[in-house]
Amino acid sequence: MIMKLSEMSAGSKVVIETICHPFLSTKLTEMGMLTGTELELLYKAPLGDPIAVRVKGFTLCLRLDEAKYIHVDSL
Amino acid sequence: MKIALFGNPNTGKSSIFNLLTGLRQQVGNFPGLTVERRSGDFQIEENKYTLTDFPGIYSIYPHTKDEEIVYKVITNSKNKDYPDLAIVVVDSANLERNLLLFTQLQDLKIPLILVLNMGDIAAKKGIEIDLDALKLAFPSVELLSMNARVGLGKDRLIRAIQNHKFETSSEMFLPGQFPLSIDDEAGQKEEANQRYLKINSLIQNIVKQKLDHQKYNTSKLDRLLTHPIFGYLIFIGVLFVIFQFIFSVANYPMDWIELFFMKLSEWTSAALPSGVLNKLLSQGLIPGIGGVSVFIPQIALLFFFIALLEESGYLSRVVFIMDKIMRPFGLNGKSIVPMMSGIACAIPGIMATRTIADWKERLITIIITPLMSCSARIPVYTLLIALVIPKTYLGGFISIQGLVLFGLYALGLLAALGLSIVLKLSIKQKKIGFLIMELPDLKSPRWGNVFQTVLEKVKIFVWDAGKVILAISIILWALASYGPQGSMEQKVKIAKSSSLFEESNKSDQENYIASAKLEGSYIGHLGKFIEPLIQPLGYDWKIGVSLLSSFAAREVFVGSLATIYAIHDDSASKQRLISRLKNAKNKDGQSVYTLASGCSLMVFYVFAMQCMATVAVVKRETNSWSWPIIQLVVMGAMAYLSAFFVFQILQ
Repeated sequence: MIMKLSEMSAGSKVVIETICHPFLSTKLTEMGMLTGTELELLYKAPLGDPIAVRVKGFTLCLRLDEAKYIHVDSL
Repeated sequence: MKIALFGNPNTGKSSIFNLLTGLRQQVGNFPGLTVERRSGDFQIEENKYTLTDFPGIYSIYPHTKDEEIVYKVITNSKNKDYPDLAIVVVDSANLERNLLLFTQLQDLKIPLILVLNMGDIAAKKGIEIDLDALKLAFPSVELLSMNARVGLGKDRLIRAIQNHKFETSSEMFLPGQFPLSIDDEAGQKEEANQRYLKINSLIQNIVKQKLDHQKYNTSKLDRLLTHPIFGYLIFIGVLFVIFQFIFSVANYPMDWIELFFMKLSEWTSAALPSGVLNKLLSQGLIPGIGGVSVFIPQIALLFFFIALLEESGYLSRVVFIMDKIMRPFGLNGKSIVPMMSGIACAIPGIMATRTIADWKERLITIIITPLMSCSARIPVYTLLIALVIPKTYLGGFISIQGLVLFGLYALGLLAALGLSIVLKLSIKQKKIGFLIMELPDLKSPRWGNVFQTVLEKVKIFVWDAGKVILAISIILWALASYGPQGSMEQKVKIAKSSSLFEESNKSDQENYIASAKLEGSYIGHLGKFIEPLIQPLGYDWKIGVSLLSSFAAREVFVGSLATIYAIHDDSASKQRLISRLKNAKNKDGQSVYTLASGCSLMVFYVFAMQCMATVAVVKRETNSWSWPIIQLVVMGAMAYLSAFFVFQILQ
């Protein structure tokens, strides 16, 4: 089932379906967020926002209103 | 020959920069921007090289205002920073992502050296890079591995620079139109996808990941630093330690520096023949230089800690846990350190805003930091509180005086946050802010980098801000030491002829003369000139003179007032000053220092941007005079209006 990355809970392992951010899609792509890339939501900040996501070899912090434009499928 | 240093953020670029250039670095700004331009020279045998460090980027296409400079330089071979050779620093544990930028630079036909840095960390993660396979994939590039943190591989890099044949690949890595225009978002995204596709097919043969290392476990330390309770407690603890150092510990070297310059001034005054040159040196120039030097301990200490925290990766965790809270104010988690520093002194705080990536967050932090009542305001606050606030206790134990002092600090903080929101809503940002931030591994700091940072910041302050501070100190000294034709002599004559003077002892007579001289000087006249302007706030010309003198440093207000009221300016005379001020009457026979005028003055000091050292630093950090002037005007207006409001209400 395809969900938004912002809706996932800590510990989830997902794979990227598409990225549809109005103006940051290019940036996310350049940082290695491609269709088919596997992500693991490591943990969330104390207030639930931002979130720390493991992408290949590094950890990326995203705000929920950035993560909501990353559509993922659970693994 | 010009060499450029490129790479993703967190690849150890600055370590390599420091390794090559050592102490021979200059830091400035790229013309018209607030992006730091760090360059340095080094020599290999007879060849001279200039190395320029560029901001860390993931791709040549910019997504923030700061990143635009790289695109502008790298796509224009006529640009004065366009390099003859580029060193691309890569994180060995993240080769795939780092290759995006690398292949872009290769396609721009710039001769390259690829440095595989942080190999030790990659090895720990079970990542192996087949150098031969990599060499095969990129034949025209000089390849080497380094561990810049410990200085390993420096010779290999130097040899690579020496032996470089300046060849570039004849074929494009990704054929097609390149580079794309800055606005072609869709094209850039497609290009990134295509590049990664090709990189991915290559990477299978180059990078080998040992399977048993594959699972990533968030370190226990990271869990602690981002913990809902401990994370914040640790942050508060860290802030507290830093604050103690810059507020208390720094005082020791600061006192020594003040003492040194005071002695130097006395010695110079005695050693040189008397006259204008003597006065200029011993009362103008030397105290001026002393006034600049006294900031050095606080700057050095603050940046020591900041460099430590930044190098270790801790500050990224701070941003992570503070982002949600700071966002409504248009601030960043890293804004807290400058603001907290502002309680001791705004100057190192403003310089510390460099670590904030987003220019709007950085600018807002710079503008609001001076509102955090600095330690120079304390002598002013305590004098005025002792003067007009009754020494009573609420409920028998809460001191009203203490409450007022606390209230002044709270007022500063609230004003800072309020102004922050106003600025957030009014400053237009072409490229909207975002977080999307890499969280680098926690590591122990490279002490060489820490030392470099401290040295660099002290140098920047002394040379850039120092010049402005010195100039203004000398101007203020001249305005207070010289007056219009005959004016000072006339005032002294009047003072000498008063009965009070004749009855006083020698030292008091000297005080009366000093007071008369100040009244007759240019600044005395200026004070009288602005009197009608400040009367609605409850002030007279004597306060006016002291306000103007505070532009040198806020605490000068007290000394200036002391001189005008013919009290010798030292700490032992505080009580005499207070009693004399209590008795000070204006033309209508009413007290000058009432609850209304005292509170009005205190509030004025909370808001007014008076420290010209701060103005100088803001100018340097924003690379323009417009922001410090806007700050002066806005804060001045806030000060005037609030003081007016308070005075009229309390009257």
